[in-house]
Amino acid sequence: MTVTDAARESVTSGLEQDKKDGHLSVSHLNPPPSYDLADHPVPTGREEIWRFTPLKRLRGILDGEASDASLTWDTTLPDGVTLSTISQAEAREIGELAPNDRPSALAAELSGGARLIDVPAEAEITEPIFIRLHGESVDDLVWSQLVLRVGKFAKATVVLMHTGSARYSATTSVLVGDGATVNVVSLQDWDDDAVHLGRDSILVGRDAEVKHTAITFGGDVVRLNANVEYAAPGGSAELLGLYFADEGQHLEHRLFADHNQPKTKSNVLYKGALQGEKAHTVWIGNVLIRKVAEGIETYEENRNLVLTDGCQADSVPNLEIETGEIEGAGHASATARFDDEQLFYLRSRGVSEKEARRLVLHGFFNDLIRKVGVPSLEEQLTATVEDELARNVLRAGQ
Amino acid sequence: MSTLEIKDLQVSVSTDDGPKEILKGVTLTIKDNETHAIMGPNGSGKSTLAYSIAGHPKYDITGGTVTLDGEDVLAMSVDERARAGLFLAMQYPVEVPGVSVANFLRTAKTAIDGEAPKLRTWVKDVNAAMGQLNLDPTFSQRNVNEGFSGGEKKRHEIAQLELLNPKVAILDETDSGLDIDALKIVSEGVNRYREQEGKGVLLITHYTRILRYIEPDFVHVFVDGKIADQGGPELAEALEANGYDRYIKANAAPA
Ligand SMILES: Nc1ncnc2c1ncn2[C@@H]1O[C@H](COP(=O)(O)OP(=O)(O)OP(=O)(O)O)[C@@H](O)[C@H]1O
Ligand SMILES: [Mg+2]
Repeated sequence: MTVTDAARESVTSGLEQDKKDGHLSVSHLNPPPSYDLADHPVPTGREEIWRFTPLKRLRGILDGEASDASLTWDTTLPDGVTLSTISQAEAREIGELAPNDRPSALAAELSGGARLIDVPAEAEITEPIFIRLHGESVDDLVWSQLVLRVGKFAKATVVLMHTGSARYSATTSVLVGDGATVNVVSLQDWDDDAVHLGRDSILVGRDAEVKHTAITFGGDVVRLNANVEYAAPGGSAELLGLYFADEGQHLEHRLFADHNQPKTKSNVLYKGALQGEKAHTVWIGNVLIRKVAEGIETYEENRNLVLTDGCQADSVPNLEIETGEIEGAGHASATARFDDEQLFYLRSRGVSEKEARRLVLHGFFNDLIRKVGVPSLEEQLTATVEDELARNVLRAGQ
Repeated sequence: MSTLEIKDLQVSVSTDDGPKEILKGVTLTIKDNETHAIMGPNGSGKSTLAYSIAGHPKYDITGGTVTLDGEDVLAMSVDERARAGLFLAMQYPVEVPGVSVANFLRTAKTAIDGEAPKLRTWVKDVNAAMGQLNLDPTFSQRNVNEGFSGGEKKRHEIAQLELLNPKVAILDETDSGLDIDALKIVSEGVNRYREQEGKGVLLITHYTRILRYIEPDFVHVFVDGKIADQGGPELAEALEANGYDRYIKANAAPA
């Protein structure tokens, strides 16, 4: 068994006071945002942010070749929502969040323009905005830049679905106006050979509420960043994730909650299951509580269920605290196998071993699926999870 | 008709210092319509007997046989034993996060019967069973045993007994931790079950009070992995008065 749980904690009080932009200190865990590619050199694999990623399997994305290939877009835009194409300069002007790693910097440089989804202020969009993205082949190198802008006091749900295959690198900014309520779900249901490097950065307005969920099943290598920062006090962010890694898959989820404003909240829950030779998952939960961020609350949790030998689940929570004046900060990380007592209890009621495993796994993911909070998606998600479980648990039961 | 026959059962658990023998040859037959009580001091192996019959993987069977109506129970998997008609109400029921009681009960009933229960009557049956055990209908939507109080867990076990309706029920300290009202409610549930034709009960307890509600046909005294004495209901009263001292002393004396 090669289950390693690289859980570790680093509570650093004296951060480097690198006052590059005059006010913000810089976390050593996350490179500062920059459009300049020189600030994001080709990684060697030894960098803190790259040390878990199998660079050789990225199929040359990081070389940064120009390409005008794109995924096919199929959207459902409820009334009041607009989709337009803007230039890279315009994307910066409206305040997209600058890239903070090489793939997102390359995407911003090479996308040829950004897509803008606009939800006007005070609009209450009850139906989800669906964006179905499909790639034809892993030979296609696709750079993508997306801005989701939700105006003040608006309410909206955005569901991004990724299917098919590509070498896909995307930088996405979610700009959430004051008092708005936004729910973003990103589903990665790629074919086996896809490579997906994604960065979602969220700017939370005053008293706004944001939920962001990453659900990852498919792809050869998927490496996603979900970053949160706050434009003003009072915002809250819930970052959720669900992943299931099969044989050979590398699924990496990196979170960064940057508490740069007082009275802000972040709540992180990621759950994953792994099965099969060389299934590898990585979860990095970085939380930075800056000096100004008094009265904040943060909690992060990652749970992994390892179903067979030969898998590896890395789970690294990091909490950096610059102020003692906080409401609460905590984290939990656990990697476990099936609980024999649970299986015994179910089986002692006549339930077959296979069915018992399925039930326990279903239970493991169930609370998370309920939290996603998109009723029209819940059924489909449950079905997708059930499918995945049926296929995999069946194989495990042999 | 149902006969559970345990013959010379020997069981050990593996410890850091190698295998440790816990059951040292238990022989016991539960026939149709019989209720057997097992009483014995802490650590004497009562739960080990119950778990071994149910097939818990922690216990290694090193000798003896267990048959249900002539079928070799020890050759069956845990779930096969349940489907063959064995039921164990556990001393410490297990929490299963994220799995609702309703889902669990339906899955178990489907497994035991080999077909899904008829939806309309099933929902009624579940509500009735829960109601009779004084568990309110919201329990169906809660996760299995999660956050249940000790007494609620035990009542939930007996609700399962009634719904799954096995041939032989093993109740491991179902009375422990129950207040007097709950004890009555649980006893009534067990009595409804055993009033049916051909059901067997093996009831493990420390207290005679439950035996006043569920009257046993036989009482066995369990000491150090063996049955040290047996008799009728009067034996339970004698144990209550005198404790296990004389059995423990007899057992400690060189053989
Ligand atoms: N893994 C183990 N290692 C060592 N000893 C064990 C192990 N598991 C069980 N035992 C021992 O086996 C013995 C029998 O335990 P069992 O739970 O069957 O007792 P019991 O009669 O049900 O007790 P109680 O009345 O307290 O419920 C105990 O002494 C217990 O400590
Ligand atoms: Mg016991």
